[in-house]
Amino acid sequence: MGLTNSSTGSRLLINNLSFSKDSCDYQIALAGNPNVGKSTIFNNLTGMHQHTGNWPGKTVENSSGNCIYQDTNFLFVDIPGTYSIMSNSEEEEIARDYICFGNPDCTVIVVDSTCLERNLNLVFQIMEITDNIVVCVNLLDEAKKKKIHINLDKLSEELGVPVVGTTARKKKTLTHLMDTINQVCIGKIKPTPKKIIYNKVIENGLSKIQNKLESEFSLSSDLCRWIALKLLDGEENILQSIENNLAIDLLHNEAIQEVKKMVHSEFLQNHITEHNFKDSIVTDIMHHSESICQKVCTFEDENYSTRDRKIDQILTSKKFGIPIMLLFLGIIFWLTIVGANYPSQALFSLFAWFQEKLFGLADLLHCPHWLSSMLISGVYQTLTWIVSVMLPPMAIFFPLFTILEDLGYLPRIAFNMDGFFKKCCCTGKQMITMCMGFGCNAAGCVGCRIIDSPRERLIAILTNNFVPCNRKIPLSNCHCYHFYSWYSPWFFCFYCFYFCCYFGNRIRNHLYFNYFQTSI
Amino acid sequence: MKTLNDLPLNTKGYIQKLNCTGNIRRRLLDLGFVEGSPITPILISPSKDPRAFSIRGTLIAIRKEDANLINITFHP
Repeated sequence: MGLTNSSTGSRLLINNLSFSKDSCDYQIALAGNPNVGKSTIFNNLTGMHQHTGNWPGKTVENSSGNCIYQDTNFLFVDIPGTYSIMSNSEEEEIARDYICFGNPDCTVIVVDSTCLERNLNLVFQIMEITDNIVVCVNLLDEAKKKKIHINLDKLSEELGVPVVGTTARKKKTLTHLMDTINQVCIGKIKPTPKKIIYNKVIENGLSKIQNKLESEFSLSSDLCRWIALKLLDGEENILQSIENNLAIDLLHNEAIQEVKKMVHSEFLQNHITEHNFKDSIVTDIMHHSESICQKVCTFEDENYSTRDRKIDQILTSKKFGIPIMLLFLGIIFWLTIVGANYPSQALFSLFAWFQEKLFGLADLLHCPHWLSSMLISGVYQTLTWIVSVMLPPMAIFFPLFTILEDLGYLPRIAFNMDGFFKKCCCTGKQMITMCMGFGCNAAGCVGCRIIDSPRERLIAILTNNFVPCNRKIPLSNCHCYHFYSWYSPWFFCFYCFYFCCYFGNRIRNHLYFNYFQTSI
Repeated sequence: MKTLNDLPLNTKGYIQKLNCTGNIRRRLLDLGFVEGSPITPILISPSKDPRAFSIRGTLIAIRKEDANLINITFHP
């Protein structure tokens, strides 16, 4: 996760759909719910190092990488994780646009084996757009731990598409996935998705609009059915996107609007209004997913989650929740600050030794004094000081932070702190970005994209700068020492808490940000 | 009318109706908050506000003001 020129700004949006087909034989989209291990699969297949994290919303933009399997070049596109493609948050729009209009040769839907039911929702929604689907049931090791058994053959039969079980962390299990993708691409396996059949009234209305669409435009019947669904749903955003990408005129086509009006009035007679249309669709999908899950999943141990729950209860309890959090963070900071001293010292003496040699070399070359002092005492010394002071704390803090991340402790921190942050009109997720900010403010600010609401995200980004990061700690310590020596520790604490938690957020909130909307 | 806030910890309830609108409603629907879904509050945050609910095999934290807009029943 770096801020490069191409990963920021408006370029990001332009690039989303335009992965060139020339550079590969087949294009594969990797879709799925947040936090199911899409990025891990992506990295293992393409050998790239996309940053992965154990919380939802890590990937916000599409990224692509190549994978060569049996002399065929596959271009994988890692799509942001979404729970559905009906909504219109930013990342869901990106995901939807790519799946609908990017024309991937095959869409791999990664699902979490430990909560299949919720994940199938997305599978059914994508089935409405495309036929070439491979369902990848990931995190099988987790499921095994929780004693959940999934009958993959049966699932494949129920869905009508190939299903592959994987454990993304073990590269070996991905070979079967690649094999299936390959066969779908070359047409050896022809997936025949069993689409959801909604209730009678909705199906009737859908087929009427679908027929009209088919006669008006030359589009496939699957696509027409999907567009009909979206027309009835009435989401302006999606319809606009359909118009733009398929170059058709939907919203101002009178014949279509007339049929739509007729269907709406039929719906009204059956108590389906525009407001509860989506509810009934989602309910149908959910109930269908539920019945499939009951057929394919067997829970050998009904109380599989009791141990996890117990740990969670301690980690979020009133008595221990916050002390444990402070303890963890305290240990990390202590290790970072104390531990960094030794490599810092070593680097420092190494660079100093080399500096002597440089001066010796300059004398040997009869270099004028002004030049050698400018280059060696100026450029070289400053650069090496920065490296020896900055590098060790970074190299210690971030790996330690990653351990907390992998343990899944960060969402618990957010949960613990949310009540307090709410008082400052922020969200608990800001705590995660603030902790990252202690390592480096730039990383903290980039991490703020996990916050959904634009207002809270902006606050988190702006106030992240008040968190004293590795780079600022020596400076603020130095200030404390010189100006407020006898009460310096107090000043330091005051500086941290006053600025980052309260002052910045509260005042900014009330002055400037009232007009943004909050959401979960 | 009972809301999600009236459901005590570790007690199962069933969702009856969502009264919220906009993004929150959509997100809740995506997560499986549909009529008849069983839901159980499992965890409570130290500051008492967000509670975490177990629904369809996952844990989801919901703030009080959002939970207030979700009607439930105690029996399916």
